[in-house]
Amino acid sequence: MAEVLVLVEHADGEPKKVTAELLTLARRFGEPSAVFLGGPGTYAKAKDFLARYGAQKVYVAESADIDGYVVAPKAEVLAGLFGSAAPAALLVAATAEGREVAARAAAKTGSGLVWDVVDVAPGLVVTQQVFGGSTIVRSHVTKGTPVITVRPNSAAPEEAPATPEEQQVDVAVSDAAKAAQVSDRVVEGKSGRPDLTEASIVVSGGRGLGAAENFRLVEELADLMGGAVGASRAATDAGWYPHQAQVGQTGKTVSPQLYVAVGISGAIQHRAGMQTSKTIVAINKDPEAPIFELADFGIVGDLFNVVPQLTEELRKRQ
Amino acid sequence: MNIVVTVKQVPDTWAEKKLDPSDMTTDRATVDNVLNEMDEYGVEEALLLKEAHGGEVTAVTMGPDKAVEAVRKALQMGADKGVHLCDASLHGSDALQTASALAKVIAPLNPDVVIVSSEASDARGGVVGALLAEYLGLPQLTLARKVTADPGGGTVTIERQTDNGYATVLGKLPVVVGVIEKINEPRYPSFKGIMAAKKKPLVTMTAADAGIDPGSAGPSGAYSEVDEAQPRPPKAAGQVVKDEGDGGAKLAAFLADQKLV
Repeated sequence: MAEVLVLVEHADGEPKKVTAELLTLARRFGEPSAVFLGGPGTYAKAKDFLARYGAQKVYVAESADIDGYVVAPKAEVLAGLFGSAAPAALLVAATAEGREVAARAAAKTGSGLVWDVVDVAPGLVVTQQVFGGSTIVRSHVTKGTPVITVRPNSAAPEEAPATPEEQQVDVAVSDAAKAAQVSDRVVEGKSGRPDLTEASIVVSGGRGLGAAENFRLVEELADLMGGAVGASRAATDAGWYPHQAQVGQTGKTVSPQLYVAVGISGAIQHRAGMQTSKTIVAINKDPEAPIFELADFGIVGDLFNVVPQLTEELRKRQ
Repeated sequence: MNIVVTVKQVPDTWAEKKLDPSDMTTDRATVDNVLNEMDEYGVEEALLLKEAHGGEVTAVTMGPDKAVEAVRKALQMGADKGVHLCDASLHGSDALQTASALAKVIAPLNPDVVIVSSEASDARGGVVGALLAEYLGLPQLTLARKVTADPGGGTVTIERQTDNGYATVLGKLPVVVGVIEKINEPRYPSFKGIMAAKKKPLVTMTAADAGIDPGSAGPSGAYSEVDEAQPRPPKAAGQVVKDEGDGGAKLAAFLADQKLV
């Protein structure tokens, strides 16, 4: 079976859950080879994880240049591997940076790019849910090595312990790829909550919350369930919650196991970012709110009564 | 500074979008089309740079005849010139082809700064900024939430949004800058702006004018192909109950029943 390259998504070496999802997907149509790109000494933290999820091989490219310049060095290393490993495909997490890396790797190698894929079938036919999930498209790449970005939470990670062969990759970044230089990285607002796009549970608040301080109801519920906090555009436009948390047509697309919509009417702008969630529950005082058309379970009522009671009940059950 | 900003006409954010079954491209005929909302942030950032450092702003688009309206909106907001790459052979181009075609239009304009937005609300690829940097061979300053230009020093510095904060990134001019939503407060065209836009230069180019190889354009030159497209099957109706004072408890019971908590 041909190698399938999987770009490891990680934070300073700690692999993200989506990496396990990509390795699981890759096993369906080839032998997964993880590609680890990171700063010196970061791979050690990823090693066991990649073995556990079935990487048959790991290409390890550690260099200060990987994070020292924006995107281009990563794309160069990947393009080099297309030549040496002749993989069947490259899978990359469809994150903000992942899609940029994938695009430049595709452009460098004259390869086709398909993005935000939710499933990959044998024959490398991919499934996408476009227009906010309202249309399901199947397509395939026709040129080069298919470069596929995969939406987080698209596959359930399955362990498949392996003993990967490690291959060190020389990182010789061209001057051209050193054009956008990173001088500083700043970590902000560490909430301790999971990433919005990766989280299995997302609790989002909207206009119904009425004020910034009421987001604590949403945060409390999210923290109790180990979820991430999202917000509708109405809430971010009002300045109640940071824009990075916005779920919708403009903003993030999420596809968690459980989506809890609190005081969100469910306008198309919002639905486009969350309607592929596996289970949707909604709390809204307006029985006509479109969010109820999507909800597996909805409560028509005052969120200021329902949410505290829900939080209290869940706390009792823990 | 010579600033180029890319714009795209897309179906209205609030419209129900679908694919045209005849050729699997976005159906633009049955919906209202508008300037991609995110592009307003790009145009605004271009105008802010011009106001701070002088120069001119050229809005560039690729699309069918009526896509010129996106350029016109940018001119109304305050851009100085427009370029519309319009050719039937380009219809059905994918993101790689589109970025490559835009690069061919942009390069001869010799920009100091090329500004794009983070994504268009129809295709949501978020790759055109990265691809323009690749094809033009320029520094990629994308996902910017703050842009600071220093034309004297010949550099642009941005704050690049990351998962957990930001990275400070510096590039030497010329550069490609990609801006994220909410980086600024896009202005509305004033009446004066709308009137003035009518007299601003707006050039229409064909693929041949831009030096685009006809064989590389459109579906025949595309890097991927759509096999089929279907509307998402309607979701089975869920259970909606009125809160009688036990709504929270009922919801907790549902979640426990579904093994979600």
